[in-house]
Amino acid sequence: MEGFIHQIISGIATGGIYASVALALVMIYQATHHVNFAQGEMATFSTYIALVLINMGLPYWVAFVGSFAISFVIGVAIERLLMRPVANAPVLTSVGVFVGLLLIVNSVTGWFFDYTIKQFPSPFPDKSLLGGFVSGHELGSTGVTLAVLILVYLFFRHTRLGLAMRAAAFNPASSRLVGVRVGWMLALGWGLAAAIGSVAGCMVAPVVFLDPNMMSGILLYAFAGALLGGIDSPLGAVLGGFLVGVIENLGGAYVVGTELKLTLALVIIITVLTLKPSGLMGRKVYSRV
Amino acid sequence: MPNKTALPFVLLLLAAAIFPTAMFSGYHLFQLTMVVVYAIAILGLAMLTGINGQISLGHGAFYAIGAYSTAILMASWDVPYWVTLPISALVCAGVGFLVGLPALRLGGLYLALTTFALAVAIPQILKHKLFEDWTGGVQGLVIDKPEAPFGLNLTSDQWLYLFALGVATILYVLAINLTQGRIGRAMRAVRDHAVAAEAMGIDLAMLKTRTFAVSAMYTGIAGSLGAMAVAFVAPDSFTVFLSITFFVGLVAGGAASIGGTVLGAVFIEFVPNLADKVSKAAPGAVYGVILIAMMFLMPQGAGGFVAMIWRKLMRAGGR
Repeated sequence: MEGFIHQIISGIATGGIYASVALALVMIYQATHHVNFAQGEMATFSTYIALVLINMGLPYWVAFVGSFAISFVIGVAIERLLMRPVANAPVLTSVGVFVGLLLIVNSVTGWFFDYTIKQFPSPFPDKSLLGGFVSGHELGSTGVTLAVLILVYLFFRHTRLGLAMRAAAFNPASSRLVGVRVGWMLALGWGLAAAIGSVAGCMVAPVVFLDPNMMSGILLYAFAGALLGGIDSPLGAVLGGFLVGVIENLGGAYVVGTELKLTLALVIIITVLTLKPSGLMGRKVYSRV
Repeated sequence: MPNKTALPFVLLLLAAAIFPTAMFSGYHLFQLTMVVVYAIAILGLAMLTGINGQISLGHGAFYAIGAYSTAILMASWDVPYWVTLPISALVCAGVGFLVGLPALRLGGLYLALTTFALAVAIPQILKHKLFEDWTGGVQGLVIDKPEAPFGLNLTSDQWLYLFALGVATILYVLAINLTQGRIGRAMRAVRDHAVAAEAMGIDLAMLKTRTFAVSAMYTGIAGSLGAMAVAFVAPDSFTVFLSITFFVGLVAGGAASIGGTVLGAVFIEFVPNLADKVSKAAPGAVYGVILIAMMFLMPQGAGGFVAMIWRKLMRAGGR
């Protein structure tokens, strides 16, 4: 029983990471109907930036915020330079550009920071809490991801800018008529998604260690989480991310074993898409023919 | 195939058969064999993605299944290498059909996502201890290179090159006939406007799953030939990067161009080798840049580009 509770708690901790990446995916999907295959690689790159800042002697949280800000700028730049021209292109084109972006970011990461596996510091004390059920890092990283998710929620609900961004994603034509600068809202969305990715990267790196391919598995779980929650629902994506974290941990511990954990993500994706394509909280899409 | 183009095609093929076998040996011939192998794999992907409009980022998985079918048959049951091809083709067509079933419900992007997940997961599945007796687990399987039959005076590299070229010729002729006929038109119609195609009486579900099966079969046969050429299979040769490589080859050659698949294969065989000399990161970067540049500048790919030049020349000559 104790092992079971422990698995659930550490599932929630990793689920927080998946939830952040899933939220980043959904934010871009909602606004542009593209799935960003490069989201994981971008997060890895952001984590390296944080490591560079830390190695320059900056305190952890300054580096954390610095990486957040730099990732935001990179995200905006990518949207402006690469994604704008293919906004209305066929799916094959957008998938091609995203896969290209994935390859470029991955190689640039390896080229700048080389391919050796690096340790990444955790800002949280290394001791077990709550009667040994949870480590300091698990509790801390869950707290940080939850705080970020709540901040994002408040931003979208209660600020003018957040409202404008939601409007731009929901109905670009009408938003443009009432004076929302739709193009810039999309760019801001990209920046925010990249910044959320940097948080996920910094929180997961102390556990899985840092290398250029760190996020490829995590991206898969985030896909699964986003689909499970409904790919057009941010709240659903967060919930889905946590759920996938727990399912992955329990499944890995009791059902399929740790060697098949990635296959579990594949199974979740296929199951959701065949049984309930709109996910738990997504809208059903009807189209006129 | 129209008779007009048949003669230059046959001459070209003969040149491709005789010239390298006589001129090259060892590693260079192996590289050419891999070009032929990749061309078949990309041809499979082109029929699915380029002509039928179903995007797959996971064809490395079918390549892996084909390679493992051949390796297991040869290593565990001593089946002759050429007998493994039809068996591996059947296996891959079956798996492709099964993967195609849920894919029916997945429009463009979701299919890309699911196949991407398949590509990421396949090395894990191959390593799993349930199949370890057959697959050899992490170590993989070593197989013998086929020897030239009938006492022909050829090295096994030369023979394998000719063998792969022969298989490729048959597969290309079949693919050209398939895609230029009634079924090919139906495949394109489904890509361009599914609803209109259905209204014309095309059975969408049947066509899409069957295209998936044929496509998986082609890529699987390529995997079988690839396993023979390398004489070794291991889970880590079939990572998601292989699937992405096929996708890059497809886009570079031109998604809907049959002839372009050869250009794509040449590209993915030789460019990484050249780029590797610059740095370890270079092949990925080159792929990425080429993908994005193609999407922006040459959406029809190199094959489409050559075809366009060819049409212009023909028109100029006809005047």
